[in-house]
This record gives sequence, C-alpha cells and structure tokens, in this order.
Amino acid sequence: MAFDKLELNETEVWDGNHAAAQALRQAQVDVVSAYPITPSTAIVEGYAKFKSDNLVEGEFVMVESEHAAMSGCIGAAAAGGRVATATASQGLALMAETLYQASGMRLPIVLNIVNRALAAPLNVNCDHSDMYMVRDSGWIQFDAFNPQEAYDLNLIAFKVAEDHDVRLPVVVNQDGFLTSHTAQGIHPLSDDDAYNFVGEYKPMNDMLDFENPVTHGVQTEEDWHFEHKARQHSDTMNIVPGKIDEVFAEFEKLSGRKYSQLECYNMDDADVAVVCMGTSVETAREVALEMREKGIKAGVVGIRVLRPFPFANIAEVLKDIKAVAALDRSAPGGAAGALFNEIAGALFNTDSKMLLSGYIYGLGGRDLTKKHLVDLYTELQANADAGKLLTQQQQFIGVRGPKLAFL
Amino acid sequence: MLEIRWHSRAGQGAVTGAKGLADVISTTGKHVQAFAFYGSAKRGAAMTAYNRVDEKPILNHEKYMEPDYVFVIDPALVYTSDVTINGKEDTKYIITTHLTTEELVAAQPKLEGKEVYTVDCITIANETIGRAIPNTPMLGAFMKISGMYDIEFFKESMQRVLKKLPQKIVDGNMLAIQRAYDEVK
Repeated sequence: MAFDKLELNETEVWDGNHAAAQALRQAQVDVVSAYPITPSTAIVEGYAKFKSDNLVEGEFVMVESEHAAMSGCIGAAAAGGRVATATASQGLALMAETLYQASGMRLPIVLNIVNRALAAPLNVNCDHSDMYMVRDSGWIQFDAFNPQEAYDLNLIAFKVAEDHDVRLPVVVNQDGFLTSHTAQGIHPLSDDDAYNFVGEYKPMNDMLDFENPVTHGVQTEEDWHFEHKARQHSDTMNIVPGKIDEVFAEFEKLSGRKYSQLECYNMDDADVAVVCMGTSVETAREVALEMREKGIKAGVVGIRVLRPFPFANIAEVLKDIKAVAALDRSAPGGAAGALFNEIAGALFNTDSKMLLSGYIYGLGGRDLTKKHLVDLYTELQANADAGKLLTQQQQFIGVRGPKLAFL
Repeated sequence: MLEIRWHSRAGQGAVTGAKGLADVISTTGKHVQAFAFYGSAKRGAAMTAYNRVDEKPILNHEKYMEPDYVFVIDPALVYTSDVTINGKEDTKYIITTHLTTEELVAAQPKLEGKEVYTVDCITIANETIGRAIPNTPMLGAFMKISGMYDIEFFKESMQRVLKKLPQKIVDGNMLAIQRAYDEVK
C-alpha cells in the first residue's frame, strides 16, 4: 500500500472527534467531502491531516456548503467509493435534502453527526434536535455514548452500510462536546485489524462499472415511487436488524466489546427505568447503581440503534417494568417527545401495565446532573408505589422558572 | 475519584494541559476524562476545563463538579471569576500570581480559610518557553502539591505528550515544569 501506517498504543487518550477521525483513517475512506461546523469539524480536519501526512490514500473535497458536502459524498459513493463525512446542527439541516437522495439511491455513506442544538437562539452545545430532525430520512442511525463507542461504531457503520444486502447510509451520532471534545482512554484496534474488519470496499451498481451501466437518481412518479420506498422500508425492517447483530457479534469477537441494539443495564430485576441516548446513558448508569444502594431497583436502557427502531426489543425489555421515564433531548415542538412516542407505540397493544412518563432535558447543552437523575428515579419509584402516574406525562428537567408540565 | 477544575482564558492552553495530564495519568493504568466548556468563547475569554481520574471506568458525564483541586492559570481570573464555586472543605487551590499567598488571600477574601498555593506560572513560562503559556508549569506545581508522581517520571511523560513540538519548546516546557515544582508555595 502507498500510505504509511500508525503504531497505536493499547490505550490512547482521544476525544470523540479524534476517535472518529482515526476510524475513518483505518477504514481507508476513499472520499471525504466536507464543510466545517462546530462541534464536528475536527473529524474531517483530522482526516485531512492524515491525508497530508500520507496516512490515507483518499481524496478530501472542500466544498462551499453542507448541501454540497453530501452531494459530493453521493457522487463519490455512486461512482463506487468508500465515503464519509461529518456535520452537526444547521449543517445537517442544510444537508437534509441530500440525505434523502443518499438513502433513496441506497448509497452506503457514513455520516458522523456530532449532536448540537439548532438555532434560534444560536447555540453550539449538545442536544439531539439534529439527530431527531433526520430520524425518518431512511438512514440507519447509531448512537455513541462515549468516545470509545464513537470509534467502534464508525468501523461497524462501514461494515453494515456496505453489506450488499443492506446498502444503506449510516449515521453515527455522538454528543457534541460531551463526547466529541471529551478525552478519555480508548482502546483502538491495530490498523490491520481495523481495516480487515471493515474489509475491502466491494462496489455494487457503481457508475464507473462501464460493463454494467446503471442509472442513479431517476424519476418515478405514482407508478413506482411507492414500491421503491416500501421495498426499502421492508429491507430496513427485515434485513438490517439481523445484519447489525451479525456485525456487532463479529466486532465483539475481534475487540471484546459487546454492542446491542438496545443497551440494558441492571434491567433484569428493575422496578423503574430510564430510557435515553448519548452520554446521559452513562451518567444514568452510575446513578442507577447508587439508587440500588438506597433500595430502589433502578435500571437504564440506552438506544444504540435509533433506526431501524428496535420496536420488539424495547417492548420485551420494558413490559414488566413498573415505571419508565423516556428522556428526550430535543424540543418537542407541540407533541410528546419522540422517544416517548416510540416507547408508547412499542408497548401499546401489549398486556404491559408499565407507567410511562416523558421528560425533556438538556436543550442547548444544559447539564443533566446526577442530582436530576436521583430526583427522577425517586419520582419514578413514587409512581410505581402508587400504581399510577402522580405527575403529568410530560415534564422538563433542569429548566429555570416555574415548573412546566404538560399532557 | 479525583476531580480538577481549571480556570483559564481561551488560548492559554488549559484544554491542552487537561488533556496532557489525562494522557500521562492514563499511562499508569488509571481511567481519565478531560473536557472543557467552550461556548462560543474567543481567545482571551474566561473558560473552564476539567479532569476526572478514577480507578474504575468513568461513567459520569455531568458538567457539575465539586473539585478536589482548582487550578487558576491566569492571574486576573481570581478576581473576575468565582474560582471557589462548588468548592469543598478540603479543595486545594493552585493559583498563578506574582503575589505571595498571604497577599493574594488578602486581595481576594473568598480564599480565606482555604488551602491556597501560589506560583507565578506566567513569569515562569515567559522566561523558559518564551511565551505566556502557563499550562505546563501549573502541572509542575500540581505534582509538588499532590505528590501524584515523581517529577522526573512526570517530565519524561510530558516529553512524550509534547513530542510534536520543536525541541526548543519541549526543553523550555521541561524547565518550566521543574521551576514551578520548585517555586510553588
């Protein structure tokens, strides 16, 4: 190979952005087409640095906007290359149109979203508004809870996306700043192990295969559009979950690190549980253990795969829990939180007597403290003891001013 | 769990310092976390950075911290920020200043009754590195006050962390770390 390899230590102290950039290097991405935005910039900047240091054999395409960045990714992926980029917040909003193009053309692009609030008011800090904005765009969506997972899930993402039975783009979410700019000890794979895990890119329906000409981005009106979308949904529901499990199992064999579509902590005998995403999952795990010392059987469920949503798994995990909190880190805009709705949908039409309450928290980077979570578990236990919700179904955590409650 | 809060101005190297410290501690088998609050901070704006160190994996991602140590690497911040916020009874303060500890406590009564150490990281950095980057000298002072590691081991580790910098700068940093170690009171 024409590029140099890096000797990595068994433990490296990396933040989430650098971890993701290292994964892109090890996967030997062919094209990164990117436009910078806080807090995601260091991922594509990292790849560019690796390229200038002769550590990757790829192309870095600088463009004039995020719309162009994803358009460049689409072109490169359709041509038959391994492709990745990163963005956040407004950048993702500007990319939104092209995300649907990418999934509709079934191009296996990996997009790192470093989750950040959407303006107005302008804010560079973490919430999940950007993640939620594109949740129905046809992309597979993974969520990392710490920098190690941002690294691992990038490698996993290529392998899932590029599987010829899948051929769907994958988003890897990580919390802006809380993961992206937080340095922790990471155990990377060696360059060879990582590349061999992801495997050589095997194109399918690529436009540069002149022997087998194909058309991408065609127009289909009412005669075929619905069938395309239905078939894609069918594959997403029927094929993708099994492939994700296969790749998770293969990754565990290689790294010793086990991933599941739903990450369950202390759920086997739990009376009360919190369901959430991002770094909050880990803080909640620590608080759940402390609640157990106080006699409250607390558990945590982290959503590792937001799309396809693990509908049956979540019903199975939560059905016997007495009281559950769904934590949504996004302004709900006049509805229940998205996670609240997903969970409610999964448990409806079952015999479960689970009490479900929704909480909006952490908008624009507002801290979710351990104290907040202690109060939350205490409230859930009170619901469980009473056998009914003692609060309204939607509340806000950590917002100043008079207490807000809805529904 | 050992927790440290840095008070700095954007551009003074608190983030690099916090990450460098995490890097060194990580090589000894401990679990580390280093992060910062940036906001849209521009160079010169007051900011905070944080370290957590533990024997077991660190799951806590809350920004709230009751620190064991507070590092202040810009001399004016002790007047313009509340460096004692969320402090504990036994929180130790290592503060960059040209004043003696007694003069500093007299000038900032909030520090009265607290365990305060002073060291002039700005002057040390200017005289050794040639720039007012007070982050590595603060770590030298921390090694003295905490007794965390032998200073020679620490300097050797920091040489590795700083290895991408020109040798002259690395050498200056080593001098700065040693001087702050010797001069902190």
